[in-house]
Amino acid sequence: MSGEKVQLWRRLAAAAAFVSPARAPARAFYNFQRPVTPIAHDVLFIHDLFLVIIAVLFTCGLGALLYSTIAHSRRRNPHPATFSQPVGRKQWLWVSVPFATLLIIDYVVLGIPALHSILALADTSNAQMTVKVTAHQWHWQYQYPVYGIGFSSNLSTPQAQIADRAPKDKHFLLEVDHPLVLPTHEKIRLILASTDVIHAFWVPSFGIKQDVVPGYLRETWVDIDKPGTYRGQCAELCGVGHAFMPIVVVAKSPADFRQWVSQEQSREAAVRATATETLTQAQLMARGQAVYLKNCAACHQANGMGLTGAFPPIATGHPFNASPQMLAALKSLGFYANGLIAEGPVAKHIRIVLHGIPGTPMPSWSSLSAVDVAAVITFERNAFGNHTGEVIEPAQVVAAESAH
Amino acid sequence: MSAVKPAAAHPDEHHEPPRGITRWLYATNHKDIGTMYLVFGTLMLFVGGLLAELIRSELMTPAMRVLSPEAYNQVITVHGLVMVFAAVMPLTAGLANYLIPLMIGAPDMALPRLNNWGFWLLPPAAILLVLPWGLKLFGIGTGTIDTGWTMYAPLSTQSGPGADFAFVAVLLLGLSSTMASINILVTILNQRAPGMTLMQVPLFAWSWVITALLLIAVFPALMAGSIMQITDRHFGTHFFSAAGGGDPVLWEHIFWFFGHPEVYILLLPTAGVLPHVLSTFARKPVYGYEAQVYSFWAIGLMSIVVWAHHMFTSGMPAAANIYFMLSTMAISIPVAVLFFCWFGTLWRGSMTFETPMLFALGYIVLFGIGGLTGLVLSDAAADQQYHNTYFLVAHFHYALFGGPVMGLFAAIYYYLPKMTGRMFSERLGRWHFWLTIIAFNVVFMPQFLLGIAGMPRRIPDYALQFAPLNMVSSLGAFVLGATQLLFLYNVLQTVFGRSGAKASDRVWEGAQGLEFTLPSPPPFHTFSTPPVIE
Ligand code: HEC
Ligand SMILES: [Cu+2]
Ligand SMILES: [Cu+2]
Repeated sequence: MSGEKVQLWRRLAAAAAFVSPARAPARAFYNFQRPVTPIAHDVLFIHDLFLVIIAVLFTCGLGALLYSTIAHSRRRNPHPATFSQPVGRKQWLWVSVPFATLLIIDYVVLGIPALHSILALADTSNAQMTVKVTAHQWHWQYQYPVYGIGFSSNLSTPQAQIADRAPKDKHFLLEVDHPLVLPTHEKIRLILASTDVIHAFWVPSFGIKQDVVPGYLRETWVDIDKPGTYRGQCAELCGVGHAFMPIVVVAKSPADFRQWVSQEQSREAAVRATATETLTQAQLMARGQAVYLKNCAACHQANGMGLTGAFPPIATGHPFNASPQMLAALKSLGFYANGLIAEGPVAKHIRIVLHGIPGTPMPSWSSLSAVDVAAVITFERNAFGNHTGEVIEPAQVVAAESAH
Repeated sequence: MSAVKPAAAHPDEHHEPPRGITRWLYATNHKDIGTMYLVFGTLMLFVGGLLAELIRSELMTPAMRVLSPEAYNQVITVHGLVMVFAAVMPLTAGLANYLIPLMIGAPDMALPRLNNWGFWLLPPAAILLVLPWGLKLFGIGTGTIDTGWTMYAPLSTQSGPGADFAFVAVLLLGLSSTMASINILVTILNQRAPGMTLMQVPLFAWSWVITALLLIAVFPALMAGSIMQITDRHFGTHFFSAAGGGDPVLWEHIFWFFGHPEVYILLLPTAGVLPHVLSTFARKPVYGYEAQVYSFWAIGLMSIVVWAHHMFTSGMPAAANIYFMLSTMAISIPVAVLFFCWFGTLWRGSMTFETPMLFALGYIVLFGIGGLTGLVLSDAAADQQYHNTYFLVAHFHYALFGGPVMGLFAAIYYYLPKMTGRMFSERLGRWHFWLTIIAFNVVFMPQFLLGIAGMPRRIPDYALQFAPLNMVSSLGAFVLGATQLLFLYNVLQTVFGRSGAKASDRVWEGAQGLEFTLPSPPPFHTFSTPPVIE
C-alpha cells in the first residue's frame, strides 16, 4: 500500500478514535492491550476501523427496524402495503445501493489494510536474531541459538492462589519463573515447535497469534518498539494445563539485552559446573521437592498419587489403570507390575525423565539442569512412601546424557 | 407419487394412532416423529444449558472453585457438542418433519421408516456423550471427551476413553442426519401437492432443501475423519500424528470442511421460518421470495469453500489466508440479501407484536450483531488478535443463540397453537422474550470486551483484570438460564394444562400457507387427499 493511502487510512482511523476509546491514552480494561509491534499497530488500526463501520451499519439497521416497528404498527398503519419485490428500474437501482456499499466495505475499506498486514505478517525475512520457542504440556521453552543459551519458563503463581487458599498477587496466572527476554528495535524471528499437542503462542501487545503444531516449524516475527513487560498465554486448548502456561516477555533496550545475555551465559555455565559437585541427600531432597512441585505436580499431583487413567502415581504400590499401550510402556521400563506402580531401576528412571516416554503424555525434561534432574529423581525415590534410600548425583545424569 | 396416488390407498386412513410406547418406538407418522425430535431437542437444550451454567459458575471469579481443570474441559466440550448436535439440529429437524408435509400438502414424509431410524439413532448418540461421566462414578475411565468440540488431534489422541464414545456418537449423529436429510429432500422434490411448483414451495421448506444438501455433502467428511481418529487411537495408524508422518493440521481441515457449513446447517432452517413469522405479523406478503431462495443457494454453495477462515493462525501460507478471507467476505452479500428481505417484509406492514414476532425481531437484532462481528473475524490479519478469544465466543453465541435459538423460540411459539390446538400464555411469552434478550446481552456483550482485552477461550481460570466482566457475564447467565424455565412452563401448560384459549384453524390473523387450512390440532393423517393449488 502506498504511503499516501496509508495516510488516508490513518486519517479515517483518527475519526474512529473520536468514537471509540481505543486510542485514548490510558487504555481501558476492556480494550486491546497497548500495541508495541508494527503488526499490533496495524491490527489495532483495523480493529478501530471495523468498530466504526459496524457501529454505523448496526445503528442504521436498528434505526430502520425501530422506525418501522413504530411507524408500521397496526395502530399507525392499519392498511398494510402489498408489495413483495422491487418494481421498475429506479427501485432496483435503489435496492442495489446497500449491496454495492457492502462490497466496497468488504473489499476496499477493510480488504486493503487487511492484505497489507497479512503480507507484512508473513514476511519473516531480514531478521536480526532468531529465537526458538518450544511448547510443552504445559510450559514454554526458549532457546537463543546464537548465544548458546536456553531455559524453560514455568508458571510461578503458587498452587495455593489457584486453589483460592491464598490472596492472589497482581499478575495471577500471568507470571513465570523465567521470562523470555528480547531486545527492542530489532526484528526478531520466532521459530515455533511443539513436542506434544497443538499450542498457540499469543502475546496481545504483539498482535500475533501463532499455532504451534507438532511436526512443523512455524515462524513469525516481532519488532518491539518499547521496553517493558508483556504478558500473554497459550491460545489453543492443549489439555488440563492450558490455562497455566503463560508467556511473559521482557523487552530490554539492545544494550541491556546484551548485558542480560552475558549474565545468562555465566549463570548457565555455573549451573553446568554444579553438575560435577556432589550433593548430600538432604540437599537433593529439598531441591527435588521444589523441582517436582513446579514441573511434575501438574500431572503426577502434589501428593504423588497421579490421576486415574491419565497420569500414574509416583508412590509405588498403588494401582494404576490406563490404555494398554501406556501400561505396556511402563511395564517394559520396570515401573509397573501386577497392576501396581513399581520402583524401576535408576537408569530407567533417569532415562524417563531425560527423554520422556514416547507416545505418552510424559514429556522429556532434558531442558532441566542435571542437578535438577538428579534432585527430582532422588526426591521421587524417597518421597510419597518410597524409601529406596538411593541418592542420585548430578554426575550420573550427565553420564547418562552423554551416553545417549 | 402423491399426485397419482388415490387417496384411499393409504391403509391407515381412518385409524387412530396406536397407543402406548409402541406408538413412539415404531412411529412412522411425521407428526409423531416431529414431536419426538422437538421433545428430545428441548430436553437437550436444557442439558446443554445446565452445562453452560456450570461453566459460568466456574468462571464467575478467578481461582478454581467449582470444577477441576479436567472436569472443566469435559464440560465445555459436551456443552458444545450437545447444543450443536443434540439440541439445535434435532429441533430444526423436528420442525421439518412436522411442518414440511403440512406446508407442501403431502400426506407424510416420503420415507417414513427411514424417518423412524433417523430419530432413534439420536438418543443413543446423546447417551454416548454423557455415559462416560456415569462410568467414571464407578471408577471406569476418566470421564467424557475433553478436547473441545473441535476435537483437535493430537490432543484427541491423548484423551481418555471418553473420546472413543464421542467419535462413535459422531458416527451415529452423521447417519441420523444423513437419513433425515435424504428424507426431507425426497419429500420436497416428490411429494408436493399437485400443481405446486418448486418456486411455490414455502421458504421454510426451501431452507431445508439447502440444509439437507449441505448435510449430505459435508457430514461424511466428519464421519470419515472420526473413523481416522479412532484408528489413530487404537489401530496404530498415524493420520494425524506427526511422529508417524501424519499431519495434525489435516484434522483441522477435515473438521472445518464440515464445521463451517455446519454453521449454516444450524442457521438456515430458522432463516427459513423467519419470513413466515414476519409476514404473518406484518400482514404483508413475503418480500423477495425468489431472492431469498437464491440467497439460500448462494450461502449453501459458498459455505463449502471458506472453511479455513477458522484456521488463520494455524500457519497457512499468506496466499491461503487471503483466499479464505476474500471468499468469506463474499458470504456477507447473500446474508445481507436475507436481512434486506426481512426488512422489506416488515416495511409498511401493519405490525402487531405477539411473542413469535418478538422473537423474530430479536433474531434480526442479535443475529445482526453476530453477522457484523463475523465480518470483523473474517479479516485474516485482525483475526490474529480475535482468534480463540472470548471475542470469538461472543460472536458465535450471537450467531447461534441470536439466530437459530431465537428462531426456534419464534417457530415454536408460532406453531405451538397449531400443533396443540391451544393458545399459550402470551403474558409469559413476552416475559420470556424480554428477559431472554436482556440477559443474553448481559452474558455476551462483556465477552466481546473480554476477548478484545486478551482473554483466551477454554480456560477454567484467568488473570485478575478479567474478573469484573466475567462476574457480569456469569450473573447474566444465571438469569438467562432461569428465564428458560418460563418457556418450559408455558409450553407444558399449553400441551397438558389445556387451559389456554382454543386456537382457530388460522391461529394468527395474518397466517398464510396450507398448514393453516387444517384444523388445530391437525388430525393424525392429513392431506390424504392432496389439496388443490391454483
Ligand atoms: C504432562 C504430564 C506429565 C508431567 C508434567 C510429568 N509426567 Fe511423568 N508421566 C506422565 C505420564 C502420562 C506417565 C506414564 C506414561 C506411561 O504410561 O507409559 C508418566 C510416567 C512417569 C514415570 C514412570 C511411572 C511412575 O509412576 O513412576 C516417572 C518416574 C515420571 N513420569 C517422572 C516425572 C517427573 C520427574 C516429572 C517432572 C520433572 C514428570 N514425570 C512430569 C505424565 C507427566
Ligand atoms: Cu494451551
Ligand atoms: Cu466458519
